[in-house]
Amino acid sequence: MNEVVDAILNAVGVIGSSGKAAQTAVEAYRFDFEEADKGSHEPRWLREMRRSAMGEFERVGIPTMKDEDWHFTNVAPIGEKLFGPPRRGAPVPSEVISRFQLAQDWHTVLFVNGGLVKDSGISTAGGISITSLASEIASDSEVVRDHFARLATPESASFTALNTAFAKDGAVVRIGANAAPDKPIHLLFISDTGSEYAAVQTHNLVLAECHSQGTIIESYVTLGGDSYFTNAVTEVYLGDGARLGHYKLQTESRNAFHVGTIQVQQERNSRYESFSFATGSRLSRTNVYTTLAGDAAEAVLNGLYMVDGSQHVDHQTRIEHVAPNCPSHELYKGILDGASHGVFNGKVYVHPEAQKTDGKQSNNNLLLSDGARVDTKPQLEIFADDVKCTHGATVGRLDETALFYMRSRGIGPAQAKRLLTYAFAADVLEKIELDGLKEALEAQVLERFTS
Amino acid sequence: MLEIRNLHAAIGEKEILKGIDLTVNVGEIHAVMGPNGSGKSTLAQVLAGHPGYEVTEGEVFYEGRNLLEMDPEVRAQEGIFLAFQYPVEIPGVTNAYFLRSAYNEIQKARGMGELDPLEFLDLMEVKTKLVDMDPAMMNRSVNTGFSGGEKKRNEILQMAVLEPRLAILDETDSGLDIDALKVVAQGVNALRHPDNATIVVTHYQRLLNYIVPDFVHVLANGRIVKSGGKELALELEEKGYDWIPGAAA
Repeated sequence: MNEVVDAILNAVGVIGSSGKAAQTAVEAYRFDFEEADKGSHEPRWLREMRRSAMGEFERVGIPTMKDEDWHFTNVAPIGEKLFGPPRRGAPVPSEVISRFQLAQDWHTVLFVNGGLVKDSGISTAGGISITSLASEIASDSEVVRDHFARLATPESASFTALNTAFAKDGAVVRIGANAAPDKPIHLLFISDTGSEYAAVQTHNLVLAECHSQGTIIESYVTLGGDSYFTNAVTEVYLGDGARLGHYKLQTESRNAFHVGTIQVQQERNSRYESFSFATGSRLSRTNVYTTLAGDAAEAVLNGLYMVDGSQHVDHQTRIEHVAPNCPSHELYKGILDGASHGVFNGKVYVHPEAQKTDGKQSNNNLLLSDGARVDTKPQLEIFADDVKCTHGATVGRLDETALFYMRSRGIGPAQAKRLLTYAFAADVLEKIELDGLKEALEAQVLERFTS
Repeated sequence: MLEIRNLHAAIGEKEILKGIDLTVNVGEIHAVMGPNGSGKSTLAQVLAGHPGYEVTEGEVFYEGRNLLEMDPEVRAQEGIFLAFQYPVEIPGVTNAYFLRSAYNEIQKARGMGELDPLEFLDLMEVKTKLVDMDPAMMNRSVNTGFSGGEKKRNEILQMAVLEPRLAILDETDSGLDIDALKVVAQGVNALRHPDNATIVVTHYQRLLNYIVPDFVHVLANGRIVKSGGKELALELEEKGYDWIPGAAA
């Protein structure tokens, strides 16, 4: 089935993206880049930045498994396809939006196929500004000049370079000093049928200024579309004393590809809480990178991935302890069924100046089938001498004793497995600090194992 | 109610039960005693349907039906309850959720009404009193971080909620101090009913001071080597097991 889709995809890609035959994905991206650049009215500096990023992408190409960062994840399938630019999205009924915002009272900013749905969620009030990247670029605003591709640079990774070259839209969220939005801000990225065989490149900027407090939810979902490639970058800046909760929910189609990078910079006394919930995509890679740049900044990185069939889910986290007195706590859990493959690579670097670092990292995986597989690689690199750091990883199966215990109480094997699987995920979900989201994700976990 | 005929069971290649015959009628309490390694716990686990044991020979009838053909959850739904010697910890599942799931599954199987969380809470208020348990423990993960005594009480609580027809208590007295033992015994006695039966598996006689059996059986080397009334338990307490033919190691 997948091979058939691939064949169609390649055919469409060749015709759709270029009109003349591109031999490789990189060539097709170059062609699309030139097409876009030809009609571009963007500021000169940005066009130059994009051109340089495109050159960087060409130089590095699609990563291979020889690349240390991609050792357990084969992204060749992304490189084998010629993903063109997406078409415009169709209107989305409000009940669908409500479903994707998990029936919560969130302030939703809606993007379909990478583009902002006209004026959706755009607002400026009370020191909080939510705009689109496209509009900020059009006005050549300072925020884009100062922050676009500054934390997540094109040189840092090939997919980030590709994103820098192409991303035209996304959300720009500024939470001013001491401000606190009254509702969580939900950045909802829907891919509909217009994203079929397309590369959807999204770029978000989140600026949480000094002593602000806010919550961002970033959702990537599919609506009727099928095989496409999401390549997203979100840059997050936390000023002194800022507190930000950042929840990423990736539940895209099982034929979709997803590469997403979150790059965070944290100043003094800031607190960043991240949660990555990944259950979708045929192949997904989520990067969560944070730099603890100011004294006593705190990072909490948690996540839950849940896959089955032939899905592949990969998380890479990197915590750079640059400043002293910073705690970082990380818990990622994975549930893998069918012939799925999970990857976790968590890096904690403690720089020489980062004394009194308190780092804790764990990754626990539950295999529900014989065919499921996990590669986990927690890494600690410590160059300071007065630190407390621990890390660990486990891969296990359902506890047979507990299964029998439950059955002996009248609970059938399917329900018992469901409860035990849910229980495995419970402690990491428990860490979600946003009311409503925890319960909604708990329900999704239970639902997934109902059938 | 329960009829065990020539029951043989093995774990892997090792035969542990070597021909058990035992009949339990409604209203009766049977004590199964014996030295360590005699097969007492295996008997309890086999009756509950533990998949790790293979029944190699013999038959077990429960209310006239072939027990050995029933899955563990069906046995529970049919009214069999095993209080585990080592109650299992289930981090992440609250006692309340676990027990309500069990209760509702059993009700469903019997074609009876299920309880919602609030109704179940009311039931728990009554039942936790019976075993002198703090209702707050219902919100903790099943047996996780419980003391030995709390785990055993939790077993009796489950029994009180699920109201089995045949309860099997596997070494419920082990690891209990005398006060906890009394509480557990009181709980068991409060649940006695002329239509029910209980099998008490124990190494020591002391539990039988509080749960008085109608019959005492001595299990040794996978067979019942002696049966008698409650006075047999006292005799065992005094003389140990070695005087019984077949019980010597």
